[in-house]
Amino acid sequence: MSNVQLFRTGDTPLPDVIILTHKLTREYDMGSELVRALRGVSVQIQRNEYVAVMGPSGSGKSTLMNLIGCLDTPTSGEYWLNGQKVSDLADDELARIRNKEIGFVFQTFNLLPRADALHNVELPLIYAGMSAKSRRERAVHALERVGLGNRMDHKPNELSGGQRQRVAIARALVNEPSILLADEPTGNLDSTTSTEIMGVFGELHRQGQTVVMVTHEQDIAAHAERVITLRDGVVATDQARAA
Amino acid sequence: MPFYEAIRLALQTIRSQKLKSGFSLLGVFVGVASLIAAWSIANGVNRYMTEKFAQTLYGVNTFQLRRQPMFNANVPDSVWRAWRRRPRIRFSDAEAISAGLTIPVITAWQSSDQVSVTYGNKEARDIELTAASERYFDIKNLGIAVGRPFTGEENRSGAPVAVLGEAVAKRLFSDRNPLGKSVRIGGVPYRVIGVVEHQGSILGFPLDRFVVVPALSPAQNLVNPPGILDAFLVKARSDLEMREAISQAEGIMRSRRHLRPKQDNNFVLDTSEGVQRFWAGISRILVTVIPGIVIVSLVIGGIVIMNIMLMAVAERTREIGLRKSLGARRTDVLRQFLAESTVISLLGAAFGIGAGIGLTILINAVSPLPASVSPTSVLMGVMLGAGVGIVFGVYPASRAARLDPITALRQE
Ligand SMILES: Nc1ncnc2c1ncn2[C@@H]1O[C@H](COP(=O)(O)OP(=O)(O)OP(=O)(O)O)[C@@H](O)[C@H]1O
Ligand SMILES: [Mg+2]
Repeated sequence: MSNVQLFRTGDTPLPDVIILTHKLTREYDMGSELVRALRGVSVQIQRNEYVAVMGPSGSGKSTLMNLIGCLDTPTSGEYWLNGQKVSDLADDELARIRNKEIGFVFQTFNLLPRADALHNVELPLIYAGMSAKSRRERAVHALERVGLGNRMDHKPNELSGGQRQRVAIARALVNEPSILLADEPTGNLDSTTSTEIMGVFGELHRQGQTVVMVTHEQDIAAHAERVITLRDGVVATDQARAA
Repeated sequence: MPFYEAIRLALQTIRSQKLKSGFSLLGVFVGVASLIAAWSIANGVNRYMTEKFAQTLYGVNTFQLRRQPMFNANVPDSVWRAWRRRPRIRFSDAEAISAGLTIPVITAWQSSDQVSVTYGNKEARDIELTAASERYFDIKNLGIAVGRPFTGEENRSGAPVAVLGEAVAKRLFSDRNPLGKSVRIGGVPYRVIGVVEHQGSILGFPLDRFVVVPALSPAQNLVNPPGILDAFLVKARSDLEMREAISQAEGIMRSRRHLRPKQDNNFVLDTSEGVQRFWAGISRILVTVIPGIVIVSLVIGGIVIMNIMLMAVAERTREIGLRKSLGARRTDVLRQFLAESTVISLLGAAFGIGAGIGLTILINAVSPLPASVSPTSVLMGVMLGAGVGIVFGVYPASRAARLDPITALRQE
């Protein structure tokens, strides 16, 4: 917490800090009322940290993840990613950052139903402008990393829930992003499969990947090194877990 | 996303939704097919008119002195009646022009009517009997297949000899040799001395159903009153000399008819330009009606494509959101959907071109209209196809491009 308080607007964060948010707010103008989903969130996440974000429903977890994932822009406050201030970037620059710096895993997998696993994993590389050959190599490698080397030509509906989520993880990893973001990655999976997916996350983290995930479940959060709890759009607690 | 990736993606999507894509390219298909077919007809007939038709009916560098034009489109009754009141062309007119022209030309007299020709108990009906002088064959470029044409001497003496068109020879003699046989024309026996080469047909009219006899032979009474001609044919060596000959002939005729300077000609000096003008009138109709059909079906086709694409954008909102979340920029999404609408439209155009060419071949096979595909129309079809796809694809594609990733992803 002390780092964040020392940080002032206009400073450049330390090199090892990957995510730094400063008094981030996000409001939704619903006409009749103003929904304040985030009300000044300041967090700092270092390279190779494994962070779980918890909190009751509606506390702003997804809103925060979307901001960190550059899918959304804050109403006010600052967001620095990898030393670059991204909170006031334009659309196309955000798209480039999503493509290069961020791997996002969704609760509902979000795979293209008509495309096979390999093509789904290749998608980010298409937008990175990579050639078909190197795309394929990278996608095959990513699928092998999540243990799906033998399911590459399967369509999503030919895969189990856990396998689909692995495809989604492979897709998130394929661009070698600075951070892996996951919003309730096990929310649609049974407990056995959830444990498997947590195994994958743990392995990625051991290989040096920075991971931030949202979860409702205590035993899922137990896989992380640090737990940030949100309540009513602000950080309630931020604790390192005993390893 | 590079351009070819967008095209590849579009082809994939179209392949996975064959029915929908097939439906959406229908309008462009119809538009381009009718464009190609109509253009082919106009193009083919046009070529035919300017090359074959005009030359067959008139001959090259040839003009005809007539009471009224041979071809006329949309002539009011009053004009028609005025033409019928004009004096006829007389043998003496033809002789005066022959004597008066200083340009080297060849000339022929010509009068025609429909008659029956018989041989034994066989009869050929509705045969065009032409009473003409001997150079008629040269001017009309009628080659002789067997036998010979009649001579100047036979013409002047009014010898009862006949040269048959191929169809008449076939009808009366089947495969036997007609030379030397005696056929009856208007009850008068004529000796067959030649058969003209196969002429084919023109716009469905057979060109081989005729008999040519000397202008002064007995059958002259069947075609015109005594001393009267339908036409006096004059063939010069070049276009320039033909024009000079026309102006000389005009002077001679005007003075023979005692026309004052203010008075109009009461005869015509008709050239193949007349036929071409007649055709131009018809093709102008094609040229004004067809673009209407083409434009209407292309606009309908474009609107269909636009609607299908709007539906596609709505259906695939999640996909768009996902692509954006994975790093697709606005231009990537715009390009993806624009490529899709353009490829659909181009496919419609391609099928349309195929169908148009098919129609052209069919028209050639089953109708007398000569049609030939114009490369310009194919190029035009391709450009119109691409144009429709782009113009009507821009709005749906820009809607897709503007979607916000989170809102799009959240949609069910
Ligand atoms: N697009 C939106 N328009 C209006 N309000 C929104 C929108 N998105 C989120 N909110 C509101 O912002 C608040 C935080 O929502 P958020 O989705 O971040 O919660 P959460 O912590 O992820 O909840 P859950 O655990 O149920 O997923 C909620 O009150 C929600 O209603
Ligand atoms: Mg949420």
